[in-house]
Amino acid sequence: MSITSSSRTTLTKVQSPLLAWLDNNKGKWTGWILITLVVLYIAFLILTPIIALTFGAFENGFGAILSSLNKPEIFVAFWNTLWISLLVVIIHTIFGTLVAWVFVRHRFPGRDLINGLVDMPFAVSPVVAGYMLLLLFGRNGLLAPVIEALGIQVAFALPGMVLATMFVTMPFMIRELIPVLEAFDTRQEKAAATLGANSWQTFWRVTFPALRWGMIYGITLTFARALGEFGAVLVIGGGVQGRTETATLFIYRALDERQYIGAYSAALALGLFSLILVLGSDWLRRRKH
Amino acid sequence: MNLQTTITPTSKEQSPSLPWGRWAIRSVALSYLAFVLIIPLLVILQDGLREGLAEFWRQITLPAAWDALKLTLWTSTVMTVINTIMGTLTAFVLVRFDFPGKTILNGIIDLPLAIPTLVTGVMLVILFGPQEALGSWLKEQFDFSVMFAPPGIILALLFLTFPFVVRSVQPVLMELDLSQERAAATLGASGWTIFHRIILPPLTLPVITGALLSFARAIGEFGSIVIVAGNIPFRSQTAAVYVFGEVESENRLGASAVSIVMVAIAFGLLMFADYLRKRSKTKKEPV
Repeated sequence: MSITSSSRTTLTKVQSPLLAWLDNNKGKWTGWILITLVVLYIAFLILTPIIALTFGAFENGFGAILSSLNKPEIFVAFWNTLWISLLVVIIHTIFGTLVAWVFVRHRFPGRDLINGLVDMPFAVSPVVAGYMLLLLFGRNGLLAPVIEALGIQVAFALPGMVLATMFVTMPFMIRELIPVLEAFDTRQEKAAATLGANSWQTFWRVTFPALRWGMIYGITLTFARALGEFGAVLVIGGGVQGRTETATLFIYRALDERQYIGAYSAALALGLFSLILVLGSDWLRRRKH
Repeated sequence: MNLQTTITPTSKEQSPSLPWGRWAIRSVALSYLAFVLIIPLLVILQDGLREGLAEFWRQITLPAAWDALKLTLWTSTVMTVINTIMGTLTAFVLVRFDFPGKTILNGIIDLPLAIPTLVTGVMLVILFGPQEALGSWLKEQFDFSVMFAPPGIILALLFLTFPFVVRSVQPVLMELDLSQERAAATLGASGWTIFHRIILPPLTLPVITGALLSFARAIGEFGSIVIVAGNIPFRSQTAAVYVFGEVESENRLGASAVSIVMVAIAFGLLMFADYLRKRSKTKKEPV
């Protein structure tokens, strides 16, 4: 995903005949009408809901937000969200890099098909994702005997929620790294090897620095998506208050129980956190280039 | 989003590493994909079809299931049409015009990617909920309800898929060769002729790709819809919400059958988008 990567290069005035046509006589207003239309659409579709959430949360003042959020089960919910997301980010950083590497550098039968499948979590419903894991690890699931023999609980427990979040966030890291790896000039690696570096040194000193920015962006997207995951963790985790409840599951329950201020302020907190994460890494990237 | 960056089959030489190391890396990577991705996808196929095709068909043609699938498809289609038009227009305005606040506007487009979809649902409830000012006003004046009805579903889907068409069209529009437009203008073409004869044709593919991605993403949406539309069968229950209900009530066959339909649609759309992208690539760089 190239968040605003495109905008930076376009700020210079574009000399287009179409613009020139729009600038003179009868086309003059067309340009402004189009701009106004787009601005109004975005304001209505994206900004109004965000502003509404902010006002909704602050309806009874800042104190109401604090008192509605200051409950032990909400801390548990946010803590669950945080550590599940962090764990998933770590796993995907390691294995996603490996997968991207194998896709770009290796040739093997079925590579194109598997490469296409990597995008599936993007389009597969989170509910279906959670349900798949339930079919595998649930009471009558295919892997239930194995799980029982090992003595761990996956369904309606935190391990299942980690797996569900892993499925849903799968494509981000891989899709960020593949283009970077493809653009990478392997002659640098060969030069390093010629100079006597072993393959680990070559990766760590030569390839990894080139991947760093793609990785940071992949991490951000994975993290943001993991924080907001709802359907999959609801199905596999069951949303048991104080145990398998994440931040999103708390918001859902609070709405259901008509604790509106609690739901709104938790939604605002989660949205803000996610937003700061994405905008922050975008800002870092922009400063770097 | 660089979805499906098709890997170009270049004859790049392999990096120096030992053969066993290559095999180790490859098997680790592929087992990871198999475990997290492929096995779960296969399990749902096996489970939905285990009673045979006739039973599978019966499950998806149950009135509630069929209605949920239909609702999902038509709301997603309406969303895709609106999103394609507005997304292309937005990309066009962002690339071709200069106006104050353009950078900010360009940043706002990506916000839906950073906001959890459940939070999107909450936002829309605050705006259009039956007890809220705007929602009750619309209801009283026009008897128009957004919540628990298709308009709410479409609105939620529009919010979360907005970046896809814009970000698919924008880079292509930026790379367009202006000399063609100049030539057309010199030959006396009007602004509209320039637009639909010269600018539009190269945009067809990115517009379709963006539309396909929006549609694919919309089919499975759950978080925002369950809040906005609730779970009213035959009225506002989408396929994802239906599957959720069937899972909760332990109707395994029904849940699996509708899941298979959704997964198949998603798979078909992604493969089609991939095919289009590959075709455009080979067109651009004839080998």
